[in-house]
Amino acid sequence: MKAINNHYDVVIIGGGVVGCAIARELSKYKVSVAVLEKEADVSWGISCRNSGVIHAGFNYKPGTLRAQLCVEGNKSFARLCQELDVPYKKIGKVVVAQKKEEIRELKKLKAQGEKNKVEGLQIIDSAELKILEPNVKGIAALYSPETAITSPYLLTIALAENALRNGVSFFLNTKVISIAKLRNSDFRINTNQGKFTSSYVINSAGLYSDKVAHMVEKDKYRIYPCRGEYYVLDKNASWIINRLIYPVPKAGAGGLGVHFTPTIDENILIGPSNEYIKQKDNFSTTSQIMKMLSAEAQKFLPLISSRDIIRSYSGIRAKQAPSSEGGYWDFVIEESDSVNNFINLIGIESPGLASSQPIAKKVVEIINKKERLNSNFNFTPFRKGILRFEEQDEKTKKALIKQDPNYGEIVCRCEKVTKKEILEAANNPLGARSLISIKYRTRAMMGRCQGGYCQTRIMEILRESFKLSPQEINLKGNNSYLLTGYRSNKENKSCKKKKLLSLEEELLV
Amino acid sequence: MQEKEVIIIGGGAAGLAAAVACHQKGIEDILIIERGDYLGGILNQCIHDGFGLEKFNTSLTGPEYAQRYIDKVANRKIPFLLNSMVVGLTPQKEVVVVNSQGLQHYRARVIILAMGCRERTRGAINIPGARPSGIYTAGVAQELINLKNYMVGEKIVVLGSGDIGLIMARRLTLEGAKVIMVAEKLPYSSGLPRNINQCLYDFDIPLLLSHTVVDIEGNGRLSGVTIAQLGKRGGIITGSKRKITCDTLLLSVGLIPENELSREADIVLDNITGGPQVDERGQTSIPGIFSCGNVLQVHDIVDNVSLEAEYIVEGVVEYLEGKLNKEREIKVELRNGLRYVVPQTLIRVKDTIFSFRVNQPGEKKVIVFENGKKVIKKKFLRRVNPAEMIRVKLSSSELEGIKRLKVRLV
Repeated sequence: MKAINNHYDVVIIGGGVVGCAIARELSKYKVSVAVLEKEADVSWGISCRNSGVIHAGFNYKPGTLRAQLCVEGNKSFARLCQELDVPYKKIGKVVVAQKKEEIRELKKLKAQGEKNKVEGLQIIDSAELKILEPNVKGIAALYSPETAITSPYLLTIALAENALRNGVSFFLNTKVISIAKLRNSDFRINTNQGKFTSSYVINSAGLYSDKVAHMVEKDKYRIYPCRGEYYVLDKNASWIINRLIYPVPKAGAGGLGVHFTPTIDENILIGPSNEYIKQKDNFSTTSQIMKMLSAEAQKFLPLISSRDIIRSYSGIRAKQAPSSEGGYWDFVIEESDSVNNFINLIGIESPGLASSQPIAKKVVEIINKKERLNSNFNFTPFRKGILRFEEQDEKTKKALIKQDPNYGEIVCRCEKVTKKEILEAANNPLGARSLISIKYRTRAMMGRCQGGYCQTRIMEILRESFKLSPQEINLKGNNSYLLTGYRSNKENKSCKKKKLLSLEEELLV
Repeated sequence: MQEKEVIIIGGGAAGLAAAVACHQKGIEDILIIERGDYLGGILNQCIHDGFGLEKFNTSLTGPEYAQRYIDKVANRKIPFLLNSMVVGLTPQKEVVVVNSQGLQHYRARVIILAMGCRERTRGAINIPGARPSGIYTAGVAQELINLKNYMVGEKIVVLGSGDIGLIMARRLTLEGAKVIMVAEKLPYSSGLPRNINQCLYDFDIPLLLSHTVVDIEGNGRLSGVTIAQLGKRGGIITGSKRKITCDTLLLSVGLIPENELSREADIVLDNITGGPQVDERGQTSIPGIFSCGNVLQVHDIVDNVSLEAEYIVEGVVEYLEGKLNKEREIKVELRNGLRYVVPQTLIRVKDTIFSFRVNQPGEKKVIVFENGKKVIKKKFLRRVNPAEMIRVKLSSSELEGIKRLKVRLV
């Protein structure tokens, strides 16, 4: 649906997985929708920084939205990924007990899961665990066959691209500064890129959802940032585990404990930690936590070596529960009780990824109840991702190179990404032009050499494709320039060579 | 499937020298496979001089050094592929190559691995902190500046005193950037002494030993790093942390032999060198697959890469003639003081060059070779340094009748 004069029926604040899922869900109807994202690409908040797990739903208190939406989301996730051409694997999960007292906790979890209608939960003994996970130390485990994994950023990108195709407008680098309710009951949204007006505002600003809510209503919500740091292991270590390996969650903890997550690309993640911090944009990793993660990892998987680590990163949970209290509060998904047509999504932490689809449906339901939306008969649920050369059989590979020689140029050696894929990613429909945007879309630079071989090549491709000056090539959005310009040939006055040595003298040095 | 006598994977210093040496020995059916768009590999971005002192008795720049071999390859009409990535290698010596012409299978009687090495990254050494732009490995910065003509930053801190880091400290200074310091975690430098002198001291760039980066700041672009001094046991000395404002962090923290293909072919690797385990002629655990240059062990100077490549070709010729038979396999046993040895095994009694690195710097040391309890050779060393590879040649007469070979540093 086209917007007139920057007026949209619905403005969604935040291009994370939830915002993009809502955008796509709304594009099934005849409404004009805009997504405002402060970063230079979608998913760059917490949606690109989690474990990528589609939880089964046994960790959550029965009757809560978290339990209900997670279970619902888990059941429809395979289909969603199929429609959007996003990788998905139902690999299952084991929650491993190492002490006798923990077995009781496993039984509680199982009972809770069954109440939540999670299927297939099973308590297994150490012998059975040994068969499933020969390298994991434990005396018993809760086995959940329905737990799955996906790529959280590819899913977010796919939701956004599909929404875009179905008529949603995306505004990147667009930060909301203030929101006013106009006399005609419309909203006016002031951003760093100009004004928007809309009939509805959906606040899916993640970590900043409290701040956005307070732009229109009195202080009601508060989001406490709670950081989790991760390690990424080399693919060479992927044989160590087959499933997600979790410890038994500690009572009152605000996270699920340090766990092992095989990613969709066959790396293993170790983490996350669980630490309340002050700043919402502090995605640093710290030496204390990194040490703790190594130690915790050793407890379950003595085979893991620090040599396998290729990277670390951190994500931040958008928690409503303050640190003094710990634990979890339930998701808030509701229209503001003081401001009409303003819909808040607050505290969407884990299992937000698994629940993203049902959350979107719930938001649309709220609007539908008030508006009776008309279906968009042109809606297509399908979206095609970038074809991965490496995953094709040999015959297809040969045909692809014939069809486009750019498939024959492997730019990223570790992940075997071709120039064709890089070009497709650079020309993504959302118009995201950072190096990281290409990384998330292709996996280039994600391997063990971390871009040592391909980064300069990808920078050149970006520069040539979009006629950028060196200073305009960004790593991740504004002000993350990679180069300061061309080599200047300026003489540096501070540098005077002390003495010139003869060749013989140099040899002696 | 195309058949070849010898396939060389990698057209850098090692691959070119091996190709020329093969051709000199009368092997003509050679194919060099190079992933870049020119021969010479990393030498092309090493525009400083100092190459060739040993091999050609003159000081050349990297591109000049490479050109000497490229000319020889051209004169001898040795075939090569550019822009071609080897994506598969099997123990049966089959090679899968992808380039813009298509996907090709080759089989060779001999394969020479000459893939070189890659740089250790921030992730591998686990520096905590934020993830801004402006963090480069020294080699990537070198490529951007010397081959692409870009500038990577203005105020620079270098972490690690590896040779490329030292060379880049000088290079960036010459280009007008301010190199604030080079910090080295160890109490001694991991670069060659001549580079410390010519690249740092001549330009008043301080080298801080026992210092490392413990935090990185920056939202968007790097805005600063925190460095700290390390105590004898590697812990941070309290109160030694200080913030340094800079826009670029250059990492020169080690090189890793690039053995992804070797691993794919199930070639046995050495945990310390990161390269294949080889016999005295560079033959890996798979007969007919040889290895030389930085993919086998990281060298200090390119001349030794070329020499090593030429040296292993003698084994290639013997293998092709059916003469490289394993008479028996003797493991070279390392004792105290030595970090690694190449070759790891001996299969015959022939003249052999051994390469070592020591664990720690030291003075007045002796490398002792023993057959059982009998000393067969002593090599006296005025100074030893982990940054400097030690090469010792044992003749066939010295190795005669050997049963157990033990090497120690005393």
